[in-house]
Amino acid sequence: MPAINLLAIETSTDAGSIALWRDGEVLLRDCPRGVSHSETLLPLIRSTLAEAGLGFADLSGIAFGAGPGSFTGLRVACGVAQGLAFAHDTPLLPVGTLEAMALAAGGGRVLVALDARMGEVYLGSFEVSSDAVVALGPVGVHPPGAVPLPASGGWLACGNGLAAYPALRERLAPAVDAWLPELMPTADAAARLAAPRLARGERVDPADAVPVYVRDKVAQTVAERLAQGGKA
Amino acid sequence: MPAMLVLGIESSCDETGVALYASGDGQLLAHALHSQVAMHQAYGGVVPELASRDHIRRAVPLLRQVLAESGRALADVDAVAYTQGPGLAGALLVGAAFAEALATSLGVPTLPVHHLEGHLLSPLLSKTPPRFPFVALLVSGGHTQLMRVTGVGHYELLGETLDDAAGEAFDKTAKLLGLGYPGGPALAQLAEQGRPDAFKLPRPMLNSGDLDFSFSGLKTAVLVQVRALTQDGATLDDRQRADIARAFQDAIVEVLVKKALRAVKESRLQQLVVAGGVGANRELRRQLDMRAARQKISVFYPELEFCTDNGAMIALAGALRLQAGASASPAKAAGAFAVRPRWPLADLTP
Ligand SMILES: Nc1ncnc2c1ncn2[C@@H]1O[C@H](COP(=O)(O)OP(=O)(O)O)[C@@H](O)[C@H]1O
Repeated sequence: MPAINLLAIETSTDAGSIALWRDGEVLLRDCPRGVSHSETLLPLIRSTLAEAGLGFADLSGIAFGAGPGSFTGLRVACGVAQGLAFAHDTPLLPVGTLEAMALAAGGGRVLVALDARMGEVYLGSFEVSSDAVVALGPVGVHPPGAVPLPASGGWLACGNGLAAYPALRERLAPAVDAWLPELMPTADAAARLAAPRLARGERVDPADAVPVYVRDKVAQTVAERLAQGGKA
Repeated sequence: MPAMLVLGIESSCDETGVALYASGDGQLLAHALHSQVAMHQAYGGVVPELASRDHIRRAVPLLRQVLAESGRALADVDAVAYTQGPGLAGALLVGAAFAEALATSLGVPTLPVHHLEGHLLSPLLSKTPPRFPFVALLVSGGHTQLMRVTGVGHYELLGETLDDAAGEAFDKTAKLLGLGYPGGPALAQLAEQGRPDAFKLPRPMLNSGDLDFSFSGLKTAVLVQVRALTQDGATLDDRQRADIARAFQDAIVEVLVKKALRAVKESRLQQLVVAGGVGANRELRRQLDMRAARQKISVFYPELEFCTDNGAMIALAGALRLQAGASASPAKAAGAFAVRPRWPLADLTP
């Protein structure tokens, strides 16, 4: 069987990274902080591949953190992944950002809360076992004091939403046994999540690979503004 | 220099454009466009975040279409040009990310192009192109500029608008008349039915002695007329609206024509290139052609489909820069990228 070389890109937050998954071995490289991902992402990918002695045509798959997260960060990851995948018809795999965080957090039932800014958090709940992650519901965006509460206890909670909003931690406290507020999205987790899917032959057409924004209402139509007594 | 195949990608505002251009024999092989105008209409203007979200869904299908129509393989592409600015930051970033990644993976260089350079070179895509040097009148939704163009990358600003762009004035006036967004073309259509001189509007800066423009006062003058006519709760009738549209168009066209032709004369040149969305205006073309002919000036327009944003002009600008080699900024190695939402054309280096 030929070797599997999977590249993963994760730039949903300022803490961007890329990972190269080679038959179970993962090489993780962080994007330099304080510089925008557009400046650093492709050079980092190029040097990491060179370090591994690989060319772009040697990649068997490309995964990217599809969101939710920073709109711009998601589009940089998606646009770059589309371009790289289209060039050599490489299988492309979008990966849920919160899902990958749940995998990185460990096993069991995991609540992932990523700061969505504007006083809200992205929240998802997952069941994690070895290398499989099952979503227990859709990922949503909520004010921290109004996130849906899990019915039972014994959860592990992770993500910077916990650090950003004390009210969120307070609300979740009865259901949560362990906290990992420092956990952020990383490309190695995205790679681990994507690798078995790639092995099963999963891929999406680059034309259909789009970010998952979750926050979908970004502007009001003229009709909506007028209905609220505003101006056209 | 052997023929080079240049892929061009445009995503600076509300149009995604992709094109393939072959230098050498100077041939546009294929181009494809997706306009978001219908999507933004419901919002009464371009919503930047929605524009970005749409661009990322269009790039791959448009590229596929261009490759299929040209019969060329992606592996034949020698360089990837894309719009680096000016424009909407998020929208530009989508095209840049896709273009840079594509080029990185193919192992070819990239050519980050100035959007306005694309516009002002776009008449070179027509069957009877102008030759350097010429004066360019750039009239779009965001810009109104007169430039002396002596070669690829050699642009001298002769004059520009001090406030609203010509297209912006068309759109704002159209909104005043209840013509929706973007109202420029609708206003021009309505003006065809209007009577000349039914309303008097100023010709701002017509005799200012320089080559600058100002259009915000014109829009205000229209507003004053509309207010006077609708004072006692009356609404404008069709004839009044057509007459106002006519008066507005006559005023703006007169100023554009006079200053553009003066710029050609003062530069001691014989050719005028008109580019940008407002260049599609029929009255502007009629007046320019008539008056220019009297002064032995030839006027060149891009094909109608290349008047508004498109990928062909970006592929062309990239190809011309590639051809010019050392005399224009050369292609860069694909990889790191940064967009330039605000980027004066005067800052462009040859
Ligand atoms: N026939 C016309 N008459 C007047 N203005 C027009 C006409 N067609 C298009 N426009 C104007 O051109 C502008 C769009 O041109 P474009 O070059 O795409 O500009 P930009 O990229 O700056 O938005 C809009 O302001 C539109 O109203």
